[in-house]
Amino acid sequence: MKVSYTLKETFKNLWRNRLMSFASITSVVATLIILGTIFILVLNINNVSEGAKDQFTSIEVYLEDGLDFNETESIGSEISALQGVKLSEYKEKNRALEEYKEQWGKDGYLLDGFADNPLPNSYVITLTKIEFADYVVKKINEIEGIEEVRYDKDFISKIISISEYIKTIGFILILILIAISTFIINNTIKLALDSRRTEISIMKYVGATNWFIRWPFVLEGTILGFVGAMISTGIMYVLYNYTYTILTSDFYSLIAVYLVGVDKVLSDSMVLFITIGCGIGALGSITSIRKHLDV
Amino acid sequence: MIKFNQVSKRYKNGVVGLRDNTISIEKGEFVFLIGSSGAGKTTFVKLILKEIEPSQGRIFLDGDDITKLHRRKIPYVRRKLGIVFQDFRLLPKMTVAENVAYTLEIVGGYSKRKIRSQVSMVLGVVGLLDKSNMKPHQLSGGEKQRVSIARAIINNPKVLIADEPTGNLDPETSWEIMKILRQINRRGTTVVMITHDKEVVDIMKKRVIELNDGKIIRDQMNGGYGYEG
Repeated sequence: MKVSYTLKETFKNLWRNRLMSFASITSVVATLIILGTIFILVLNINNVSEGAKDQFTSIEVYLEDGLDFNETESIGSEISALQGVKLSEYKEKNRALEEYKEQWGKDGYLLDGFADNPLPNSYVITLTKIEFADYVVKKINEIEGIEEVRYDKDFISKIISISEYIKTIGFILILILIAISTFIINNTIKLALDSRRTEISIMKYVGATNWFIRWPFVLEGTILGFVGAMISTGIMYVLYNYTYTILTSDFYSLIAVYLVGVDKVLSDSMVLFITIGCGIGALGSITSIRKHLDV
Repeated sequence: MIKFNQVSKRYKNGVVGLRDNTISIEKGEFVFLIGSSGAGKTTFVKLILKEIEPSQGRIFLDGDDITKLHRRKIPYVRRKLGIVFQDFRLLPKMTVAENVAYTLEIVGGYSKRKIRSQVSMVLGVVGLLDKSNMKPHQLSGGEKQRVSIARAIINNPKVLIADEPTGNLDPETSWEIMKILRQINRRGTTVVMITHDKEVVDIMKKRVIELNDGKIIRDQMNGGYGYEG
C-alpha cells in the first residue's frame, strides 16, 4: 500500500502544482537542448578535425609549368631528403584531373569542359608527423621551380580553436542553466512539501526515518528531470535528423562524410540527457528538502 | 523513564527555554506539566522528542542517554514515544483505520494481518470501532482526538506525550479523553500531559510539575493546578 500510495501522491502533487511542474520541465528541456546542441557541435567538430588531420599530414607542392624531366626529378629528391618527409609522390597533371573527376562523382562532367588541363604537375608529400609541417613548408619554398606550396594547417587550427571556444562558452552557459533549472525544481518541491506539511510532521513524530520522508520528494524531482530528458531527446532527434538530412543532400555532400550519424548522436545524447536531467531533478529536490524540511 | 539532569536550553536567538532543571519521571507515572505560556513546557517536550538539543545537562529516556544523538538515530527514539497534539493532526483523506494504521506502516515490519488486529485493538481502547471507516471530517472534535490517541498508542510506546489534548474540546468531551488517558496509564504507559485545564488537573489528583520562566517551581504528587488558575 505504501509504495503505490506514495506514487499516487507524487503524481497528484505534480498535477496539483502543474504550472510549476510545467516550468520545471521546460527549464530542464531548455537546458538539455542547449547542452545537446553544444554536445553535437563539439562531437562533429572533433570528428571533422580527427578525420581531417590525416588529410593535413599531406602537403601539395605545385611545380612551375615547363620544367624538364631532370629538373622535376631533382626537386623530388631534394624534397625526399627533408626531415619529416615520409613519402613524396609525383602527380602528373592529367592524373590530378582524373582524380578530381572521380572525387566529384556524378558532377565530374563539369570538368570535361576544359580544353587545356589547368592543373599543374605536383608532388604530394606525406609527413611522418603533422608537427613537421611548418619546417617542411619553409624548406620547400626555398627550392627553385616551385610555384606554390599548399598546406591547410590554418584550417585545422581554426577548427580546433572554434571547438575550444564553443566548449568554454557552452560550459559556462550550461552551468548557469543547470543552476536555474535546479532552482525552479527546488521551488516546485517546496510547494509539494507545503501541501504535505501535516503528513510530514506526523511521519516525523511516529518515527519515520529521514530518508523514508525524503524519498517521495526526491522521486518527484527526479521524475520532472526525467520527463524533461525524454522530451529533449525527442526534440533533439527531430532537429538533428532534419539538419543531417539537409547536410547530406547532394549540395553539401563533401561535409556529410564527417558528420556523426543520427543514431549515435541519439543514443549518446539520450544517456547524457537522462543523467543530467535526473541529476538536476534530484539535486533540486534534495536542496529543497534540506532547506525547507527540518528532518 | 525520563530523567533531566541539570538541563538548560538557550535558543539561538537568546531566549531561554529552560534553566538548570533536574527531574525524574518514573515508569507508569501520570504527570501534568503546567505553567503559563513561555514557561518552558514546550521546550521540555521538544527536548524529549529530540526536536532540539539541550545547551547543558543530560537527558535520559528509558535508561538511554539521549542528550546527543546522531540525527539518523532520532527516529528510533521517537518510536518509543506516542504523541497527541491539540490540533489532532489527522490525515483528511484517510479513514480512521488508515490514520491509525499509518504509524505501523511507516515504522514497517508488520504484516497486514497484524496491522489490522492492532488497529481493532486500539480503536476498541478509545471506543471508536464502529467508526473505523469514517473520514476525519465526519467526526466530532472529541472523536478526532480519540483517533489521534489510538494512533499514538498503536506502537505500544513507553511514554505518551499529550500536548494540550483537551485544549480544543468542551469540558464533557475533555473528560472522555482524560478517562482514556487514565486507562492507557493504568496499563503501564507513562503519560506526560501539557495542559492549561485547571479543572482536569484539580480533579485527576496526579503529579504536577509547574514551570515558570524556564525553571521548575513546583513538583507535587497528587497536586492541583494552583492558585492563579
